[in-house]
Amino acid sequence: MTRPSLLSPPQTSALVILRILIGWHFLYEGVLKLYSPSWTAKGYLLSATYMESFFHWMASDSMISTIDTLNITALLLVGVGLILGFKTQVASLIGIGLLLLYYFAHPPFPGYPQGPAEGSYWIINKNLIEAAALVVIFLFPTSISFGLERFFTKKEIQTQS
Amino acid sequence: MATDKKLFAAFSRRDLLKSLAGIPVLGAVWAAGIDTTKRSKLEKDFLLEKLNIKASPPPASGPMSGDPLRIGLIGFGIRGEQLMRALGFATNEWVEAMSKAFMEDPKDKRLEDFKAQENLNVKLTAICDIFDVRAEKALKSFNNESNTCKRYESYLDLINSGEVDAVIIATPDHWHAPMAQAAIEAGIHAYIEKPMTHTIGETYLLREAVRKNPKAILAVGHQHRQTLSFLTAQDAIAKNTLGHISLVVTNTNRNDGNGAWQYEIHPEASPETIDWNAFLGNAPSVPFNPEHFFRWRKWWAYGSGLSGDLLTHDYDRINCVLKMGIPKYVTASGGIYTHRDGRNVPDVMQVNMDFPEFSTGSSQESGKEKGMTLVYSATLGNQFDRGTVLMGHDGSMELGNILTIYADPRSTKYKDMIAEGRIDPSVPIYQYDPTADGVDAVTSATTKYFANKGLLWTYRDGKRVDSTFLHIREWLSCIRLGGEPSCGIQEGFEEAITAHMAGLSYKTGRKIEWDSESERIISLPGEDLDAILLENSIS
Repeated sequence: MTRPSLLSPPQTSALVILRILIGWHFLYEGVLKLYSPSWTAKGYLLSATYMESFFHWMASDSMISTIDTLNITALLLVGVGLILGFKTQVASLIGIGLLLLYYFAHPPFPGYPQGPAEGSYWIINKNLIEAAALVVIFLFPTSISFGLERFFTKKEIQTQS
Repeated sequence: MATDKKLFAAFSRRDLLKSLAGIPVLGAVWAAGIDTTKRSKLEKDFLLEKLNIKASPPPASGPMSGDPLRIGLIGFGIRGEQLMRALGFATNEWVEAMSKAFMEDPKDKRLEDFKAQENLNVKLTAICDIFDVRAEKALKSFNNESNTCKRYESYLDLINSGEVDAVIIATPDHWHAPMAQAAIEAGIHAYIEKPMTHTIGETYLLREAVRKNPKAILAVGHQHRQTLSFLTAQDAIAKNTLGHISLVVTNTNRNDGNGAWQYEIHPEASPETIDWNAFLGNAPSVPFNPEHFFRWRKWWAYGSGLSGDLLTHDYDRINCVLKMGIPKYVTASGGIYTHRDGRNVPDVMQVNMDFPEFSTGSSQESGKEKGMTLVYSATLGNQFDRGTVLMGHDGSMELGNILTIYADPRSTKYKDMIAEGRIDPSVPIYQYDPTADGVDAVTSATTKYFANKGLLWTYRDGKRVDSTFLHIREWLSCIRLGGEPSCGIQEGFEEAITAHMAGLSYKTGRKIEWDSESERIISLPGEDLDAILLENSIS
């Protein structure tokens, strides 16, 4: 892994801040669900307005508890990874996957029911923007500048020399 | 060791900070998450404990073991077919249509649900329908190696055949009471569709017959009494969650031909295939008219319009929760505004049912605890869903398959908790969804949205069940093992009298008064109330 030396320190800092903010959001969502035993994605999935058969399959009795567990685990992993700066590229990919699932279950396509939302959206909504931000995080890794990976990289460089 | 030292030397404090600075952020977010869930759980538990509402299922009706009960069906129309499926008998045509529906849409589980339904251990031994096509359809489907079903020309032949232990009556309204009375007096159990009776006089006669024949079990077909949320609502009322309820609003909103009783007229209907005189019974004699036969709900001679067909549902829903009985006063108005097709029952009807002495308890000083009006508001020209709401001084309850309770901003009971910010009057303080694993005390706009979408159904032990099935099962259980049906003669009496008071008020434009002491309608003295109720001219 190479260091993102092409970036200026303020650019790196901005990316680190973006990474931590997204991690924060994922982690908090994950922790809330982890400690709320009655939480389930069933309602969200059953009310899907796009690719209904896929989301209804996820919400089926035989699948839902696995889906709930996977969702919580993924949210926590992404949150921890992005905040600590550890395996951020894997975390970004998982995060993008989750956000796209959320996006496609209730996409703000013209003509589709919007359901409860705190703003107004047309094709683009916050899930998609967050996914796009994670693409940036994936393409510009910053965990060597700021994150646990710095520790390992330093160690590696030191050992090699 | 040397390498380690070197490593340590090269790894500055700045590096260490940059490597590990995420850890406190992680810790802070995690702790905040735990704190938030803990606090909301505490608030939730606090509220639930304070409200102490029990979302408990009703005691299950008993086992269906023993000799099979022999059931006879009178009336194999739209409702008759539904009741037969609840009993475990589906027509070949229905099974075929449903398996086709499943092939087209695998999500269509109607056939699967029907096949999974518990066997009620009954035989359908007899059927009576005065339209040959329907009777033959029933015989074709229900006569097989495991069941022998015979057609009877008249309901009396069926009741007195010695081949039935119980009958299910799903005929036009004007035949409900005469058939039920004949069955009960012959010692045959009867399940009767609503409204229980078509006239005031019949209501007393049927009650008398049931009282004299306590061994024959009568159940009235208000299947919503099996709905879990209604039983939970009973408990919420018993715990005085809403305080003094002054107003209850219920509604019917329909905006299509089927909802306005414009049922299909069968192409094979003719005086040869329909026993017209048997249909007319006590109704005014008119020449054969297939529209009257298939769309009988549109005329007072056979049906009772909104007050008999639909008010009865809503009245009984509320009577099941509040047990307020027959109103002291009923006033009704309305008219035929949309469906000017020769019918004489109204398609818009507003009924005010006043209970000046009724009380659900109070949190206020004495003198403010009595009096309630139940409003039934119906139109067959619009289908905006207005919901059923019970409005008390301390809170409001939305009553559907899902039950939701809001505190009132001016409540006396919740005043302190609202002031402390523990209750937000715009957020439900209690929500009961029979399909959810647990009870949710504080819910979100999103949950409400999902609930309103009707995604979640009535369940028993996590299994989706038809409430009509449960209602019939309860009746069969009372027959086999004793006990009182949840909607028996007393509940049916109250439902029928209330509906007839509404019909009388609509027809006379007068306030109709009930005297609970003498159990009589005391308005319009000296007049023939049933003649007014049945008056069938088209104005």
